[in-house]
Amino acid sequence: MHIPDGYLSPSTCAVLYTGAAAGWYSALKRLKRVLFNRVIPLISVFAAFSFVVMMFNLPLPGGTTGHALGVTISAIVLGPSGAILALSIAIAIQALFFGDGGISTLGANCFNMAIVGSLVAYASYRLIAAGAALTARRRVVAAAVAGYLAVNAAALLAAVEFGIQPVLFHDASGTPLYAPYRLSVAIPAMMIGHLTFAGLAEAVISAGLVAYLQVADPALLCGTSGVAASADGIAERPAARSLQTLWIAIAALMLVTPLGILAAGTAWGEWSPAELAKAPAIAQEVNSLQSVPSGLQRLSNLWTAPFPSYAPSFVRSRGFGYLLSAMFGVGFLLAVSLALRLLLQRHRRREYSA
Amino acid sequence: MKRGFLEATTLGFAHALTRAMFAEQTARQRGLLQSLDPRVRLLGLFMLVLAVTLSRKLSVVAGLFALALVIAVLSKVRIATLATRVWLVVLAFTGVIALPAIFVTPGHPVAALGPVTVTEQGLCTAALLILRVETAVTFTTLLVLCTPWTHVLKALRALRLPKEAITMLAMTHRYVFLLVETASQMFESRRSRTVGTLKPAEQRHMAARTAGVLLSKSINLSNEVYLAMQSRGFRGDVHVLSDFHLTMWDYCGLLVFLLAEGIAVWMGR
Repeated sequence: MHIPDGYLSPSTCAVLYTGAAAGWYSALKRLKRVLFNRVIPLISVFAAFSFVVMMFNLPLPGGTTGHALGVTISAIVLGPSGAILALSIAIAIQALFFGDGGISTLGANCFNMAIVGSLVAYASYRLIAAGAALTARRRVVAAAVAGYLAVNAAALLAAVEFGIQPVLFHDASGTPLYAPYRLSVAIPAMMIGHLTFAGLAEAVISAGLVAYLQVADPALLCGTSGVAASADGIAERPAARSLQTLWIAIAALMLVTPLGILAAGTAWGEWSPAELAKAPAIAQEVNSLQSVPSGLQRLSNLWTAPFPSYAPSFVRSRGFGYLLSAMFGVGFLLAVSLALRLLLQRHRRREYSA
Repeated sequence: MKRGFLEATTLGFAHALTRAMFAEQTARQRGLLQSLDPRVRLLGLFMLVLAVTLSRKLSVVAGLFALALVIAVLSKVRIATLATRVWLVVLAFTGVIALPAIFVTPGHPVAALGPVTVTEQGLCTAALLILRVETAVTFTTLLVLCTPWTHVLKALRALRLPKEAITMLAMTHRYVFLLVETASQMFESRRSRTVGTLKPAEQRHMAARTAGVLLSKSINLSNEVYLAMQSRGFRGDVHVLSDFHLTMWDYCGLLVFLLAEGIAVWMGR
């Protein structure tokens, strides 16, 4: 994923250098607010650690090997600002000292892997692991998912950067001047390798490291898990606070559900038989259908939803119907998860007494 | 013979250390680039990389590649080293990426190979990409091979990079080697205790465990470094010595770099 010199146009490099500079500035500014003297050696050693982890030849399922980035564990232990700086320094040393990755593309590489990678890893880890205990298995799963998502987000960005080159930069005869493939080729070509191998490598190492830290040094997981590192050590923050944030976010999302009414038309592929029969444009779109397929007609009556089209029959206002449907949906999911939890607890108790 | 996971990783570490030591040795030679002030070297080679990316003509990029060769010879960098360490690696990596472009880029057909057609535009874009990457990576490698890391850092400071960033770059570089050596020793010790072949799942567990221990060691190391900095009275102010002095020779070098870049950008526009 380290883009070498020559693949991106100077203007693309300049834009991405600007984006990266904004990320570096913001990260430095945030870290300077806390104990910066302590942070300097921590970030430096972490950058060295990320550099070494990138050299690990990880065996993956299927007999292949892959290399991780170390972005996820940096984001989990240091937080996003620390991870941005640590990864950027590791990438800069790779480019300036080992010639791995370009100089003109250093901004692009840092933007993709260090900035976007760190932010995606941090956000997804916090979201999935919200409220979980430091030693909970969910944290391991969250680290794996965060690693997978972070690497793929960075790869997708790199693919988009490659894919826009032939569109924006070509000579009079149409010869692409930099990366030659358009988005339709660049994105699948880049993503296949990352969705299968590179993302998996990062997931494996992130999950493994979090599992190791849970046993060996759980304090290192405190920084991003409802426990904040402060100037005079590590201070506990109530874990319920992250759950509280999650509840507020869910409530806000439920309140904005009536926004769905604003969208015109029906979602593509979600037509009822009546809609399909009425709209000739849809029929034309779906391979020139002449009539509603008999299978669709037959199976559409198999199940009648209690709240069809998110509008219960007893509610007149469509917006209120949406809100009620959202509340019902969330409540139902909570009830199912609560029931599962009770079942699991009972099962564990039985195993323990046996 | 197919190498196992332990051997491959240990070899990777050894390879990185060898590369770093080789760069230090080359940087001590008496050559053209080594004789120039590091700031001029850094700025000049950065500008040439920029010229390579700005040039839109194959002939101009080829000219810059020839210039890179001349600089390499005058700086006592062996062409065989560049060929094996840079050109073949770049050719293998970029060649695989560029090859399909010969067939899929729309344009004037020049030859037909069975069901696929080779286009003029496809040939041009593939050649331009490969040559551009080869030339840019050659310039970067020349900088890496001919400049000790401490000089690169001082030169970066002269280019107004924040002091904090320079400090972190310097520290990271120092501890990269320590951690590479530590990781290498951990893998070696595990290798010496391994009989038979490890299953893939065992290998993954081992890699995660090793990385975990390395992480713990890194954190302990950062604590020790912090305490050492405290004991020396570090208060967050970084002082970087800048004992470089530009001579007439350096000004001439800078002028030549500027001229080369200006000509390349003007001709390759």
